[in-house]
Formats: sequence, structure tokens, C-alpha cells
Amino acid sequence: MTTRTALLPRRCARGRTRRTRAVIATSALLSLATLILTVGLGEYPIAPGDVLLSLLGRGDPSSSFVVSELRLPRALVAFGVGAGLAASGVILQGLTRNALAAPDLVGVSAGAHVAAVVVIVALPDLTIAMLPACAFAGALLASALVYALAWRDGGSSPSRLLLIGVGITTLGYAIVLGVISSIDELIHASQLVTFMAGTVYGRGWQELATLAPWLAIGLPLALLSARQLDSLMLGDDTAGALGVRIEAERLRLLALAAGLAGAAVAVAGPVGFVGLMAPHAARRLAGAGHAAVLTTAVMLGGCLVLVADAAARTAFAPVDIPVGVVTAIIGAPYLIWLLTSRAR
Amino acid sequence: MSPAAAAALRRRAGSRRLPGSLLIVLGLGALALAAFASLVLGATAIAPTEAVAALVAFDGSAEHVAVAEVRLPRTAVALLVGASLGVAGALMQAVARNDLADPSILGISMGAALATVAGQIVVGVDSAVLLVALAMGGASVAAAAIVAVGLLGRGGFAAERLVVAGAALSGLLLALVQGLLVIDRESLEAARHWLAGTLTGAGWDDVAATLPYLAVGAVIATAITRPLTTLGLGDDVASALGVRPRPVQAATAVAIVALAGASVALAGPIALVGLAVPHAARALVGRDIGPQLVACSVLGALLVVVSDIAARVLLAPEELPVGVVTAIVGAPVLLHVARRRTHRP
Repeated sequence: MTTRTALLPRRCARGRTRRTRAVIATSALLSLATLILTVGLGEYPIAPGDVLLSLLGRGDPSSSFVVSELRLPRALVAFGVGAGLAASGVILQGLTRNALAAPDLVGVSAGAHVAAVVVIVALPDLTIAMLPACAFAGALLASALVYALAWRDGGSSPSRLLLIGVGITTLGYAIVLGVISSIDELIHASQLVTFMAGTVYGRGWQELATLAPWLAIGLPLALLSARQLDSLMLGDDTAGALGVRIEAERLRLLALAAGLAGAAVAVAGPVGFVGLMAPHAARRLAGAGHAAVLTTAVMLGGCLVLVADAAARTAFAPVDIPVGVVTAIIGAPYLIWLLTSRAR
Repeated sequence: MSPAAAAALRRRAGSRRLPGSLLIVLGLGALALAAFASLVLGATAIAPTEAVAALVAFDGSAEHVAVAEVRLPRTAVALLVGASLGVAGALMQAVARNDLADPSILGISMGAALATVAGQIVVGVDSAVLLVALAMGGASVAAAAIVAVGLLGRGGFAAERLVVAGAALSGLLLALVQGLLVIDRESLEAARHWLAGTLTGAGWDDVAATLPYLAVGAVIATAITRPLTTLGLGDDVASALGVRPRPVQAATAVAIVALAGASVALAGPIALVGLAVPHAARALVGRDIGPQLVACSVLGALLVVVSDIAARVLLAPEELPVGVVTAIVGAPVLLHVARRRTHRP
């Protein structure tokens, strides 16, 4: 039994190993290049070579200040947000065996968003470090609710899961809009509207320190769960025969997905479509094994948000439009294309 | 089957529901009561006798002004918005053969909202007539996008595809609205209430600007009742009975855009009225389109008027956007319908 479980994913992956390695190495290089290039962009442009020197601590003082105090922390937060959402998407898609399951479609982001907004408004004294925990609780509650409501006749059908996810998301938006329209200070309201769209404006080392622990724990845990995700993809019966305790495993994976997406949403708001696009692209590039898909998706998700944010802060400079606007402009057509081509 | 048994069966089928005339009397009675309550209740309650006096013998006192010049037009707008959203939802569910179709779920309301916000912020439009025309344009483009998704690919207008595509479209349009509001922060104050759907400040000039579109929607809805019922039997059967599907579907789309666009121009993108109301209407009057549309207009108006009263009273003196209340009422209906669906892989 144990030898079989151990062998199965490896044997599937053997033919793809070289390609998978190449994809992962390329994604890593792409991430680094994207980071250096986007950090150089802005009102005060810095050449990639100077960015690299500043990162190594050898740049001139003014560009070093811009890089290390202003742009690098924001870029790392953007990358981390994308990574968390992408990892959450990979887990949710594996868990539900549904290519459309993404944190923003099955209600995970909505739960985190509502919890974060309610906490921000009701408890203004709470430190930002506590926010991911609240968002995690909200995400977990919403996803458990969606899962329970989609459960019928001994199973949760993929289409019901999506429909109920859309329902919960609609409800979440209504609650957030109610909160936004009932608060008094306009500055606060405008911040919440930007947060609602998804933004990394003004995020710095403090926000990175808030997000990092969740990713540092969540991403390795997700990677360790890759084999269970591989087994679940074979169907409940086969997975059960391979020794996976299905419902307990699902619940654990759901909590993991909620934690990763919750931390990202707490820091940047519900940035849309990243948790859908990055896993899908990663699966096309890196094949079917979840370890490789997860690694690739995390980096692609990070790059996606990084590039989207670079576009968002430079397109209408000096106005910073929310990064979620850009990801929606890319992501909505992508999702609709996916829907029309999948049905053919 | 013997004639007696057939008659008994008919009787039983008939007795399952209340007779139509009684339902209409009950519905209109409830509507009149709710409309009157909407004049009386609010941040400050006004005595019913005083409210009647404001309508028949206006004396210019603060209470009379509140009733006749604030609450009366607001109630009229609530009735119009509710009736048109209810009918638009029923038409959408009939023509897409999908009981989860609704102007707010499929992005049509948000299309109208984006066009209106863009017109105000980018071009600086402030005439009510032009803004309504913009709302129509936005609703038409969004509706065309959804129809394109339905026509492309083999899945047709199946529930999951359509709803997910609608969620994607709504998400994109909402993101664009938010982007515009961030660029132009001054408009945020008004838009943050309007974005959820609100009746605050609704007046007679809004009614006048949207009335032509509402009339067009109502006339088309009345005219297509019979062909739409025939179409419910399937495209092939309808063709055999002499009803060509495409013109009927196109006319229905025009009616949906006119009604949903006008309601957004009146009150913003109010959520889920068009979803919840047809389900309640079908439970009362059955699946025939004609009675369903009548029931939807009455129940839709009732839902929005009562939700607006709740929106004014619940957190008084603060006001909730009415769309928040309708979403909280409508979401359980959406969840119930989604849950009831049998599994089709």
C-alpha cells in the first residue's frame, strides 16, 4: 500500500521531469527579472542595473532609498499576494476537481474580505498583524458554508459549488457595500472602496511582515500536501483506496486554502482572477503533478500581480489605480474565454 | 380516462392555487398598504392622518413636505424599480431557460452602472435624459456580451456557464467603476451609496426621464407574452407552431435592457430582485408567462417598497442602501435554487 502511494505520482511524473524542471527554473528567472524591472519603473525611473546594485547594497543613496524603502517592499507584498492567491487556487481546484474553483469564485475571498472590512470598521485600534487571522476566520467560515450548502446526496457537485460560491460572494459584496455606505468619514470610505477593488498602494515592510509568516507556513504545507491533491484528482474511490482519509483531508486542505487566500486578502483586498489564472496557466505549463503545478503557479501568480501593479501605478500616474482593476481587465476575458472554449 | 376523473383532476389542479382574481386583489391590497406605510414610516414617523392630509390638503408644513415632496416620489420610484426588475428577471429566466438569470447576476445592471458613472466622471454629463440613455447603452453592451457567451460554445445558456460568465463580467465592470472612482475621488461620496442601489433623493424628474423606456419595456413584455410561452416548449416545437424564435428572443432582450437599464438609472444596481421575485411568482401562479409577469410586477414592487422601508428604519437615523436589503433577502433564494439543482456533470 505505502509503496504504491509513494510510487504513483513519481511514475506519472517521470516522463515530464525535464520539462517540469525547465518550467520551474524559467518561472524563477522570470520572477527575478520581473521584480528587478518593475522596481525600476515609476515617476523616478531606475535602470535595471542600478536596481540590482541597490538590492546588493551598492547603489547610490537616492535610488537605494527609493528601492529599499518605497518600491521593494510594495513589490514583495504584491508578489506575496499573488503567490498566496495562486496557491489557494491550486488547492481549491485540486480539492474540488474543478478548473473554475478559485478563491474569488467559491466565496473564500468574499469571506476574508467581509471579515477584514468589518474588523477594520468595528475595531479601528486592532493592529494590522491581527487582520490576517480575522480574514482567515472569515474565509474559513464562508468556504465551509459554501461546501456544506453544496453538499447533497453524498457529494458536492462542481457546478453547485460554483453557483453557491457566486451566491455567497454576492451576499458578501452587499454587506461590504452596506458597511462602506454607512460609515461617516469619506477618507475612510474611499480607502475601503480601493480595498474592495484590491490594492497594494502604500504597502511597506510592515505589511510584508504581516503577510510573510502566513506564506512561510502555508506554502510549505501546501507543497507537502501535493501528493494528497494528486490522489484526490483520481476520484474519491481511488483516493480512498490509496489510503487518503478523504473528508478529513478535504477539510484540512480547505483550511489551508482559506489561510493562504485570507492572508493575501487581509493585506491587499480581494484581488480578483489571480487564483484562477495562475493555477490554470501553471497546469498547462508544468503538467499534472501538484508539486510542480503549485511551485509554478506561486511564481506565476506573484509575477502577475507584480506586473499588474506596475501597470496600475504607472498607467494613470500620478493616480494609483487599484491593482485589482488591472487583474480584472486581464482575468475576466480569460475566464469567459475558458468558459466558451471548455464547452466546445 | 373517464370524463368524471378528468374533471376531478382538473378541479384538484385548480384548487392547488388560489383563484387569479383573489390573488390580484390580495396583491394590490398588500401593495397599497406597503406604499402607504412607505409614506408614513421613516427616520421620523408621521401620523397616518397627517400623511393623508399632506396628499389631499397640502399646507406646506415640514411634515407635509416630507410626505408629498420626499416620500411620495421615492415610493413611486420604488414601485417602478421593483416592478421593472421583477418583470426583467422573469423575462430573462424565460428566454434563457435558466432559473438563475437576473440582471444583477449576469452583469447587465453593472453595465448600466459603469456607463452612467463613466458619463458623469469622464464626460461630465449631468442631464437626466442623457444619463438614462447612457445606462441603456451600458446595459445593451453587457447584455450583448452575455448573449455572445451563450451562443459561443456548446454549453448554451446552461446555468453554471452563464452565472460564472455573469460573475466575471460583473466583476470586471465593478472593477472599472472602482477604478474611475479612485481617479475622481469627488464623485465617490455620491457613488458609494448609489453603487449598492439606493432610493435616497429619488424624484419626479428621474421618473419623467425613464418613463419612455419603462413604457417600451412594458409594451414589449405584454406583446411577447404568448410567443414567449410557445417558445418555452422548445425552439423546434415553437417553429412548428409558427413562432420564429430569433425575433421573439431579440424583442425580449430589448425589453430586458429597457427595464433593467431604467431601473439602474432610477436607483443604481439593486441586487437580486429579478432573481427572487420570479421564483415567488411561479410558486403562486404557476409557469404561464402571462400571469407570471403580472405577479412579478406586483411582487417586485412590493419587495422593493418593503425593503426600502426596512433600509430607512433599521439603522435610523442612518440609511442603508436598499440594494443591501434586497441582496440579503435574495441571496437565500439564490442559494436555495442553486442547491436544489440536480447534479448534471
